[in-house]
This record gives sequence, structure tokens and C-alpha cells, in this order.
Amino acid sequence: MKKVAGEFHRSKGEVMASFDRRSFLRLSAASIGAGAVLQFFPSTAHAATAAKLLGKRTGEAPSPFSIVQLSDTHVGFNGPPDPLGTAAFERAVDMINALTPQPDLILFTGDLTHDSEDSAEHSKRFAKFKEIAGHLRVKKRFFVPGEHDAALDGGTLFREHLGETHQSFDHRGVHFVALDNVSAGRPAVGKAQIAWLKSDLARYSKETPIVVFTHRPLFDLKPEWEWFTSDGDAVMNVLAPYDAVTVLYGHIHREQQTTLGNAQHYAARSLIFAFPDPATAAEKKPLPFDASQPFRNLGIRRITDSGSRLAIDDIELTKREVSGANGVAQLLRQGELL
Amino acid sequence: MKRCLFLFLLVALLASAQEPAKPRVVEITAKRFEFAPNVVTLHRGEAVTIRLNAIDHAHGLLVKPLGIDLDADRGSPDEITITPAAAGSFPAICDHYCGMGHGNMKMTFVVQ
Repeated sequence: MKKVAGEFHRSKGEVMASFDRRSFLRLSAASIGAGAVLQFFPSTAHAATAAKLLGKRTGEAPSPFSIVQLSDTHVGFNGPPDPLGTAAFERAVDMINALTPQPDLILFTGDLTHDSEDSAEHSKRFAKFKEIAGHLRVKKRFFVPGEHDAALDGGTLFREHLGETHQSFDHRGVHFVALDNVSAGRPAVGKAQIAWLKSDLARYSKETPIVVFTHRPLFDLKPEWEWFTSDGDAVMNVLAPYDAVTVLYGHIHREQQTTLGNAQHYAARSLIFAFPDPATAAEKKPLPFDASQPFRNLGIRRITDSGSRLAIDDIELTKREVSGANGVAQLLRQGELL
Repeated sequence: MKRCLFLFLLVALLASAQEPAKPRVVEITAKRFEFAPNVVTLHRGEAVTIRLNAIDHAHGLLVKPLGIDLDADRGSPDEITITPAAAGSFPAICDHYCGMGHGNMKMTFVVQ
């Protein structure tokens, strides 16, 4: 079989003209206001054929679906940078419940709770988080911890309330991997989890779309602000052979897109105060609260997979109809969100 | 007798020449949520051992540009010997989450 660089080869030996495998799972971003939504759909004339071929290789062909990423809800936090407590989280839940069609999955990328020295109080915060998340119509929800959830007790409370801190699963032809890079106390995935990742991925072909979700960035985004994972390179080396890798993370309380090799790294907005742009800000200080736009810079992410393309909508919570002087009162009313 | 004295001095001289000077040791104490001292001055080209002592909880000390990445548990110090190559002021952080004031746990290395 003739091999041509940059082209895709059918198993029968034919060359699929000018098909770029990496375009099969590509993300496009569009701002809409409260977290993030990912979508997959065909982006090239050859996408349908390629989807069938991927199905043969991986056992399940990608088909259209969407997921939502929520991050950094910090249930239990209440302070000057964000005096509204869980209001943004609750608004995000309402916004997601109004989405048509409903997403297949909800991914939470850490700092679900704000830590407390009192374990009983922290446990109450986990219970409150579960109560609010329980209002989501989507029942398939997956969680990874942030340092505020798991760094002080090694993940004990997180496991009690939400299960294991790392796992993997398949959904419509996409392989999802949840990585824990906080429970060790320091920003690290650790050798044992990296060995697990290696064995987990070994059964997949390199064409399989892979979505990793974790809390901290897996690269040196801004180490002096603790925006890194010390063994992130080792994790990305395990993922390097795979053609279409998407990493979803939180922690930095702002949108960020970074391309490194075959991998696209996306940070979601938080559901509590935002952090400034590290390229222009001298210090890592929360952006001040603006009562006229209480949910500015906070949001969710919707990710839609339509079989060959992964599209991202970053949704800011502040929409025109609920912004302005009456923003807080409007946002606190239910049922008027979309 | 003179020959013996000469040989003794020669051996002592060679021995002292082969024994490298021990690096200066800088002790840093970490506790929630501060380092002491919080400013340390180093010199370009001078080898120095940075030793981190944690007294109440596990703490880290991270300064990537200087190659410092220490993790100390309570009662179990961690250390590294470095030779700074460039002058400047380098912020250091605790990268081991240690509680609500963790984000403010910082210090500075000044290399002259």
C-alpha cells in the first residue's frame, strides 16, 4: 500500500484524496455566556466516509452529539470578588436545561466546592453542589476534582460524594478520559495515573478522537500563577500519537485556547469571579465585581460533535436582556433565561 | 626530616585542592501561609544549596527560571543545589495547596 504523507488511507489500500485526519475533530469557538458546549459535525466532503472508516477501526463511528463543560463553581465561596454565591451556577443550570437539543453529557472540570478547614462544613458544600447539579435535566454527569475539592484531604470527600477522581469511558465514537491533577496536593498527575492512562489508551487506534478533561492546564501556561501541571509533559507524551486530542480544563477562571502538537487545549470560564489575562496583568487578582453586570466573564461551554467536527460555544452568563442596572434582579428570577 | 615535612605539606596541599568548596546553604522555613525569609539574595555563578523546611503542613517552593522545584513534608526537608546564571528578581510560590491563604504564599529570589 502506497503511503502518502498527509493523506488518509483506506484499509483496502485506496488513498482518500487530501483528507486531513486532524480536521475530523476540530473545534470552533463562539461566545454565547455561561460555560461551554462542544459539538461534532462533518467539516469536509469526505467526513461521512471517514466517519464510517473510523467506526470500523474503533468499533463505534462518531455521530452527532453535544456536551457541556462547567467549571469552578466554588460552592461555599462568598466574598467581595463574588458576593452572589451560587447564583451563577444556578443560572447556568437553568440555561443548560433550556438548551435544545439537550446535551448528552455534562463534564465538570474541578473546584466544584470551596474548601474548608472543617471537614463537616466541606462535606455540606459537596452536598449543596450535588443538590444544584441535580437540577440538571441531563443525568450523565462526570466530575474531576480541583485543588479546592481534594488537595487538603487527598480526595477523600470527593470520592465519598462523587466517586473516583479519574476514569475513562466511550461515547459515540469518542474516548473520554478524566484526569486528576490535584489530589496529590501539588499540581501533578503522578506516575501511577500516567501508567493507567497509557494502558487505557493502548486499546485505541490513533485515529480515535480523544477528549481529556482535567482541572489544571497540562502545559506551562503561567507557572508563577500556578497555571501548570508539573508532569503535564509526560501526560501529553502519552497522548502524542493520537491524531485528534482535545483537552478541556478549568482552574484559570477565563477562556483560553492553545494548540500544542496534535492537541487543542481549552479552558472554560468559571462560575465565580474571573481572573485577568496573564499576558497583560501584573498580578493574579480576581477581576472586581460589577453589580451592573454581575455575571460578566462567567459562563459555560457547549461542545457539539456532529460526526466529524467538534464545535465549541463558550457561553457567557451575561446576556443582553439581563445585563444593565437591573441585571442582578433579573438574573435571580427563574424561568426568564433564554 | 625536611623531606618528610615537604611531602606532608605537598599531600595536604593536593588534598585541599581536590576538595570542592561546599556551597552556601540557604535555609527557608515554610508555614501557612508564608516563607521566612521572604527575600533571598543569591550571586551569579555561586553555587548555593536551597533547603526548604516545612513546619506545619506539606509545602512546595517553585521558581522555574532558577530550576528550583522543592516539596517538603512536615519534618522532612527538601533541598537542591543551583548555580544562578542570570541576574534578576525571581518570584517564588508555594505550589503545594495548603489552605485558604495559599495563593498569597510567595517570596522572592534576587540574583545579583
